[in-house]
Amino acid sequence: MKKVLMPLVMVAVLAIIPYVAVEFGKQQYLFGVVIPYAAAVLFITGFIYRIVDWLRRPVPFRIPTTAGQEKSLDWIRRNPIESPHRAWEAAARVLSEVLFFRSLFRNTRAEQHKDTTLAYASDKWLWLGGLAFHWSLLVIVLRHARFFFVMVPGFSDFLDHADSFFDVTLPALYLSDALALAAVTFLVVRRFADAKVRLISLPTDYFPLFLIGGIVTVGILMRYVVRINIMPVKDQMLSLVNLSFAPPGEIGSLFYVHLFLVSVLLVYFPLSKLMHMGGIFLSPTRNLCNNSREKRHVNPWNYDIKFRTYSEYEDDFREKMKKAKLPVEKQ
Amino acid sequence: MAKYAPNLSELKKELDEKPSLLKGNYSDKEWWDIPVEFRDGNWCFPAKPEVIEELGFPNPRKWAATDDDWQLPQGWQKTISDGLKSRLKKYRSLKLFLDTCVRCGACADKCHFFLGTGDPKNMPVVRAELIRSVYRNDFPLVEKILKGFAGARMLTPDVIKEWHMYFNQCTECRRCSVFCPFGIDTAEITILARELLNLIGVNNNWILAPVANCNRTGNHLGIEPHTFVQNIESMVDDIEELTGITVNPTFNRKGAEILFITPSGDVFGDPGVYTMMGYLLLFHHIGLDYTISTYASEGGNFGFFTSNDMMKKLNAKMYHEARRLGVKWILGGECGHMWRVVHQYMDTMNGPADFLEVPVSPVTGTKFQNAAATKMVHIAEFTADLIHNRKLKLDPKRNDHLKTTFHDSCNIARGMGMFEEPRYILRNVCNSFHEMPENTIREQTFCCGSGSGLNAEEYMDIRMRGGFPRANAVRTVREKHKVDSLVTICAIDRASLTPLMKYWNPGVGVYGLHELVGNALIMDGEKKRTEDLRENPMAGFEDGEDDED
Repeated sequence: MKKVLMPLVMVAVLAIIPYVAVEFGKQQYLFGVVIPYAAAVLFITGFIYRIVDWLRRPVPFRIPTTAGQEKSLDWIRRNPIESPHRAWEAAARVLSEVLFFRSLFRNTRAEQHKDTTLAYASDKWLWLGGLAFHWSLLVIVLRHARFFFVMVPGFSDFLDHADSFFDVTLPALYLSDALALAAVTFLVVRRFADAKVRLISLPTDYFPLFLIGGIVTVGILMRYVVRINIMPVKDQMLSLVNLSFAPPGEIGSLFYVHLFLVSVLLVYFPLSKLMHMGGIFLSPTRNLCNNSREKRHVNPWNYDIKFRTYSEYEDDFREKMKKAKLPVEKQ
Repeated sequence: MAKYAPNLSELKKELDEKPSLLKGNYSDKEWWDIPVEFRDGNWCFPAKPEVIEELGFPNPRKWAATDDDWQLPQGWQKTISDGLKSRLKKYRSLKLFLDTCVRCGACADKCHFFLGTGDPKNMPVVRAELIRSVYRNDFPLVEKILKGFAGARMLTPDVIKEWHMYFNQCTECRRCSVFCPFGIDTAEITILARELLNLIGVNNNWILAPVANCNRTGNHLGIEPHTFVQNIESMVDDIEELTGITVNPTFNRKGAEILFITPSGDVFGDPGVYTMMGYLLLFHHIGLDYTISTYASEGGNFGFFTSNDMMKKLNAKMYHEARRLGVKWILGGECGHMWRVVHQYMDTMNGPADFLEVPVSPVTGTKFQNAAATKMVHIAEFTADLIHNRKLKLDPKRNDHLKTTFHDSCNIARGMGMFEEPRYILRNVCNSFHEMPENTIREQTFCCGSGSGLNAEEYMDIRMRGGFPRANAVRTVREKHKVDSLVTICAIDRASLTPLMKYWNPGVGVYGLHELVGNALIMDGEKKRTEDLRENPMAGFEDGEDDED
């Protein structure tokens, strides 16, 4: 339980800090200007650092996981995605992972039935939950673009309309909010419910889920329950985007909670497993072509080593080889 | 087997009745609190001091996994930690795989060792966490600050014991990496973990003795040149007796067109030898100008299970010998990890092979463009092309006494991507072929449980458990279609599936693909054949009966 409670308490404390600081300490400037800037800087530099840190390490061998027929004889049908032969096929493979979680779609659940029998059932819940989670977060982030531009960008406007298709509340309910919340709940619940996942979960797995859940919840509260005046929020965001250090206007404390949790997420991001966002593009089992017998792959640190040559071998076995009528180089 | 494996009913009872994670029982114990327990059947004998000395490896000594004190060398923590650091610099894969796991659990129930043991540490994610937990303690700064939070721990002798146990309960089969949304490949982690363990003398005799043999005699089994030739010559005699045909393999012959290299298990082990007889018949049938080397007499590469350097060193003989003999290209026999090495590593390590030519089949004229750089063709590609071009006279009825299924070898499946050729050949040489359930074949194939150098007798308990998912899939087709023959294209499979079938599915035989090819080949001038290469009677060809042949 500790590994669940600890991150939960952490997120709760992180949420209370800005609330108290703004409500009672009048720390609007710190939480509305200083911390968001610092977080953005740490996020960008940290993210780039991690990617560069990965990129500068070599890929000595061509090790794609081949999950489909390789290109071989002309009349044998190959699988261009699961066993890519050309660069664009490998790119398609990676994109299908990034956009559709292709490998996760394969997921099965092994079950042991009576009479020592193993069975494998299709299990797409993780795929569905993961997809719902990531896509709704993406939509939410893009939708937020309306706060960062004087003129609301077209895509943001479009998303806004599409997302509020179910016009059941006032203001209109965002589908992505509902989905994100549902998906976060699912992802947390499955970490307890499935014994295997429960065992492997670390506090670092719960923390980002709680943090994101917190951000979404506060966002929803601001929109539907404790209404926040939107204009000063947009002014403040525009000011940040313009790298202005002007103090924020009158905004409800809940907004600072939202902004602070986002800042925490930004700082935490490059330090944690959340970097899988960048890592997925670099995975050598997915982004390499399966053509290493056709095209030479160069290992930058390949060095010569001493191996036992034929002549050393013959020196050792010459008499035996001659007796067995094997040809020898030296008599 | 008895000493090192429980009897079948005991194991079945345990799997059926004992609560386990697979059945959803959560013990409330964190994995790092579960102690490692070595007992008969779950550890491989360590390499003998003389083997270690011959190889020039560190820390030769007599020890056993059951000892309390493993006599690790002075400063072993530093050796491991420096070794990990330098490998993180050399392999992006390692760094990335340690960093990006989100512990989603998709891999958890994909490992055959987990399915057969129910041991939480056999979930691929935890296997990687064994290293990750130490890596976190040493490396990324912030995780260091948040130690308890991120699941970091100290490198202690107990951790080394745990590594030894669980990196030897991974056969580098890559099944988990098929399911991982980030393509994290536990094989990569195991390969480097074993490399680290070798640095402090924590090792496996069943891997290092073949490595030493291979270095000295050219093959894992340590067969010296004259014995190697004798063995093949005795197969030539057997072939003559069975078919009336005298095949003429040559050895170390300069100027041959093709160098043929196959795992030494095919030359020495039962049932591998029957596969070898199949090759010999096939080559004779098409009049191939080939030679076999006694120096490069090993297709397999246990160096791959030891260290990058050792893999490269043993593999170097292939090109070295091909150059000396002046052949045009290399043809490789049926083997699993051999082909992962040849396909994904050889040219990079020991190429470029610019002294060889792009392989062209002398019989069909087909150019093997897919092997244009490596210049090495898989025998199944070669034979499939022959059959497709109708260059073989085959009588599939000669395998009517066998009801077959096909086991995809892990490395051929997930480290090379060859699925169709062997199936095409199998359909052409026998009439009864049934696939096992779809979650157990092709890219989802299950390991035999003994791959990556774990084929040791004293490891039988773990091997029979690790092979359980495969055996279970065979049972399905046995019950459904009366399958009695498990066909493979891997020498370790041939050696290890045999006891596995004996244990789980008695009555199922294990065959090499080219053994069935050899059975089906109608040789020019052959005598009436009534027995297959194992001297078992063929159905419908009994002596005295008048058949269509």
